[in-house]
Amino acid sequence: MEINEFVQNFAAQFDETDVNEFSANTLFREIEEWSSLTSLSIIAMADEYYGVKLTGDDIRNSKSIFDIFNIVKSKL
Amino acid sequence: MAFIHEKHIKIVGVSACVPKYIQDVSNIEVLSIEEAQKFTSSTGIERRRISNKEITTSDLCYSAAKKLLNDINWDKETVDCLIFVSQTPDYILPATSCILQNRLKFRNDIIALDISLGCSGWIYGLMTISSLIKSANFKRGILLVGDTISKTCSENDKSTFPLFGDAGTATAIEFDEEHVGIKFHLETDGSGFDSIIIPDGGYRNIFSDKSVINVNFETGITRSPVNLVLDGMNVFSFGINKAPQSINSLLNYFKIDKESIDIYLFHQANLFMNEKIRKKLNLPIEKVPYSLKNFGNTSSATIVLTMISELKELLKIKRCSIIACGFGVGLSWGSVWFETEKIICPDLIEI
Repeated sequence: MEINEFVQNFAAQFDETDVNEFSANTLFREIEEWSSLTSLSIIAMADEYYGVKLTGDDIRNSKSIFDIFNIVKSKL
Repeated sequence: MAFIHEKHIKIVGVSACVPKYIQDVSNIEVLSIEEAQKFTSSTGIERRRISNKEITTSDLCYSAAKKLLNDINWDKETVDCLIFVSQTPDYILPATSCILQNRLKFRNDIIALDISLGCSGWIYGLMTISSLIKSANFKRGILLVGDTISKTCSENDKSTFPLFGDAGTATAIEFDEEHVGIKFHLETDGSGFDSIIIPDGGYRNIFSDKSVINVNFETGITRSPVNLVLDGMNVFSFGINKAPQSINSLLNYFKIDKESIDIYLFHQANLFMNEKIRKKLNLPIEKVPYSLKNFGNTSSATIVLTMISELKELLKIKRCSIIACGFGVGLSWGSVWFETEKIICPDLIEI
């Protein structure tokens, strides 16, 4: 799996935030649109595109998109 | 793999009872107007039925059972077993099934027992009562399943209180030599026991002064340790993973043609999760009914409540091939295949 593609998939879970605002280093909790529902969309995205089951702790313990990318990668 | 085929067992009728009191999500104090709108658009829940202090799960199940027994015209003397499934029983002890045996005026020589399960409870209860009827050569059994789960939620916890409503259900089950029976797939994963939990009040954390102290976790989330805690992310991840897997396992193991199923009945968790599950299974929306809008998540009662509120007219007149799937607290989950032929479905009862 590749980081740029993952960032794109991550960004696609947001409705209002411009896709160009996302990079591997983006601290996703600081995005205004971030909510408990977006966290569920991220879990669904990992399940749908990578067949990976993210837990609540995986999300809670991550800060950047890169952190989540690494968790997904380790579970592939 | 826990696959079970209980031959010669059929469902004769189902009924459901809810409290009269309706609370709209827009009237919940802990949600702002904007939050309430967002909540409804993602969960599909607009209102729920909420019990007052006097109404218990057994009251709801009693009313559902009384109406059903009357409508199917069973002599009470012919009922051999009663199973009550709930996580909001009337007392810690005695078992609520004993109270219901007496209240429904069943014989003394029946088997009455409680099962403590939530979202998967109707499926597990159906499996247990079917196995019991078969192994004991019984003729008839009644399965009472429900919860007053709203009573466990802190009104100041927006992560639980708006989701849940109360309901009690009854299912009448009978031995029938001619009937194809009921097919099950059941699973358990207790490593997720704390994903949905009421921490205090049992015998791990005995009720104490500290049990009623409210703690603020974040804005809109204040609760005490006797309130329900829901780890939404873990439960979501579990649900979208295990529910489709379980249904596919059931279909594959018993070589059931996916297209032959008329209705797929899911535990009504919330629309966002349920729609992910439906799409993963590639099921057309018209085969997947929802009762979330008017009743929310009623824990163990959702599957039968959906049969009554959304499918009653169809079930009364048509032969239906149904798959139901329950998933949640435990963590516990399972799927069931069954056929109904013009079963008895009384109108929704309100008390």
